[in-house]
Amino acid sequence: MELLVSAVEILARWDVILALVVGSVGGVMIGAIPGVGPAVAIAILLPATFSMDPIVGLTVLLGIYGSSMYGGAIPAILINTPGTAVNALTTYDGFPMTARGEARRALSLAYSASFFGGVFSVICLILFAPVLARIAPMFGSREIFLAALLGLILVVIAHRGQTLIAAAMAFFGIFLNTVGLEPVKYSKRYTFDQSWLSSGVDLIVVVLGLFALSQAFYLLQGDDEKVRLTPLRGGLFQGLRELSRHPRVAGVSGAFGVVMGMIPGVGEFTAQFMSYTSAQRSSKRPEDFGHGSSEGLIAAETSNNAVPAAAMVPLLALGIPGEALTAMMLSVFYVHNVVPGPQLFQNDMPFVVALYLALLVLNVLVLIFLLSATGHLVKVVKIPNRFLGVGILTLSFVGVYSLRNSFTDCLIAACFGVFGFVLKRLSLPAVPIVLGMVLGGIMEVKLRAGMARVKTPLDFIDRPIAMILFVMILGVLALHIRHVLIERRKLKEAKWSARRRSTRFGMQMFRRRDYLSTERGKKVREKRSKYVPRSTGPRSPR
Amino acid sequence: MTEEERRFKGPVRGQSLFAIVFVVASLLLLSQLGTETRWAKGTQLFAQPRFWPAVAVGGMLLFGLLHLWKLPRKRLRRADLVEWRIWFFALEWVLWFLVYVTVVPVLGYLPSTLVFVLLLAGRVGYRSPKMMWISAGFAVAVVVVFKTFLQVRIHGGAAYEYLPGALRSFMILNF
Repeated sequence: MELLVSAVEILARWDVILALVVGSVGGVMIGAIPGVGPAVAIAILLPATFSMDPIVGLTVLLGIYGSSMYGGAIPAILINTPGTAVNALTTYDGFPMTARGEARRALSLAYSASFFGGVFSVICLILFAPVLARIAPMFGSREIFLAALLGLILVVIAHRGQTLIAAAMAFFGIFLNTVGLEPVKYSKRYTFDQSWLSSGVDLIVVVLGLFALSQAFYLLQGDDEKVRLTPLRGGLFQGLRELSRHPRVAGVSGAFGVVMGMIPGVGEFTAQFMSYTSAQRSSKRPEDFGHGSSEGLIAAETSNNAVPAAAMVPLLALGIPGEALTAMMLSVFYVHNVVPGPQLFQNDMPFVVALYLALLVLNVLVLIFLLSATGHLVKVVKIPNRFLGVGILTLSFVGVYSLRNSFTDCLIAACFGVFGFVLKRLSLPAVPIVLGMVLGGIMEVKLRAGMARVKTPLDFIDRPIAMILFVMILGVLALHIRHVLIERRKLKEAKWSARRRSTRFGMQMFRRRDYLSTERGKKVREKRSKYVPRSTGPRSPR
Repeated sequence: MTEEERRFKGPVRGQSLFAIVFVVASLLLLSQLGTETRWAKGTQLFAQPRFWPAVAVGGMLLFGLLHLWKLPRKRLRRADLVEWRIWFFALEWVLWFLVYVTVVPVLGYLPSTLVFVLLLAGRVGYRSPKMMWISAGFAVAVVVVFKTFLQVRIHGGAAYEYLPGALRSFMILNF
């Protein structure tokens, strides 16, 4: 109780409340505009939050992170275009409901499910915080290194079908982190005698290039899309009633969101996929999934909104971000000399609980805002893409230039913008680069510290948590190898079944010869296999 | 279309060039490992300044090569050429951005943003008076929110120096 009171005291400031309102309303609007997304918004706002108190800056960013998925459901349901990437599954059941003339029911259900997911995860985590506070100090250098390694491996293998390039990008991120002056021996690494590379490559410059500038280039290079909005009819409160009729689907999906959110690198997509599949399996009408099923919509929206609060666990307890957005938030901690990790849980627990309470309040604010302003909010969906590109390019300048007023930073960001643009065009992942940069730095420091007290390699995993993490890494790799082998077998089978004969003349002649020799061979073998005794009977009379 | 191409995640066009450039860049970085990093005597392997760059560049090369090897199509076709042209034309927006960055310290944040947004909006096709007004409003709003209220660190323009006393400091501080 004392802890809660201290946490409320941290939040009870006008600037924190203002940050909460701005973050939540802004996040919903950003989420509702297809083509912007929370990563772009957080990247742009990041430098602006450096001058604020840590709790104020983090509240704004948390607001955007936590509320963007609420907003992302609006275009997913109304125009079949997800506002943020994680709302893709919402289109499966949301848009068919709109097509049936039930747009308001779908929106109301999505808001209610999102609200339940958000609140459910925050409550779970507040209850779980004392346990975390006890477990977190057990993580030393070796355990944090292994957890970061596990996170990086999970991020890579989460990109199914693109694992190789995701791994290459993660290593590229690690490489970027090594550029500059090495902090222990003070030797230069890959600076090519350029003074501007001595201080290294700034994470925020890379993030702004990869997420904001690349998105601006992508939108400017593309075309505007015509959007036709369905008029909304009926009340928005019916969703809460409908949600109460599916407590099991909501509960299971929320639990999936919490568990998957806590594992670095896994995140919303896996949580959604698992909860959606589980809801479909347990449903009385599984055939409705993908055709406007309310249970499908609940599963998708509950699980993705349960993730943001849970994703803060590895960040706060171990200092390990599990995805690009939490990696960006980590830089806010570093700027203010607040080091997330076991010590934060031991020494500043009210701060941690205050962040969770902020998330709780944020969910309430967003629900109130959406229930009252959806009618007006849907108009943001109509903003033309290329104009959005102009806007993002203008805002990206603030993000990069305000860091150090440096032209070089802007040039590096522009280079990463082009690189991110190419990645977007090719549908290749950019997130492993950011996580490679962040986790690479953590891994370097922790491995050095961990190996200092180790005599044989096996000593590295002689502690229980280190051993568990090591076994998990092996297990994850084994599962991935199994998946790759299965995919390979399936590909072979598909290739065999779809094999076509060559139509070239030479090949046709070859096949003809083969056929004839086979057929002739069959006849000869048949003839020889049969015992035909010489006829000894009387000759027929002539 | 082959079975591999059908199962490939994302478009096949342009992939081979990207993969080749990535592998060549990794090779070049690996060739510089000896000169661009240092081996400290009497230091453990994991604490060597060279250890992590070697791991990173080695990983880039290994996985880049594997990605290139596993690509469903390595031969270049006409579709690849079209894709490279799109990448090349995106450089126009980079140029716009860099010109904007260069102009801000000279003209000042507010005038530069106003001119940049209006010109760029015109360039991408929003030339109606309504869109021009919206663009101008957006430019002013960005400056007011970030420079006036949030006080982000963007220096005042050199052109502000020619303004009379009180207005000069007001403009440097807020716009």
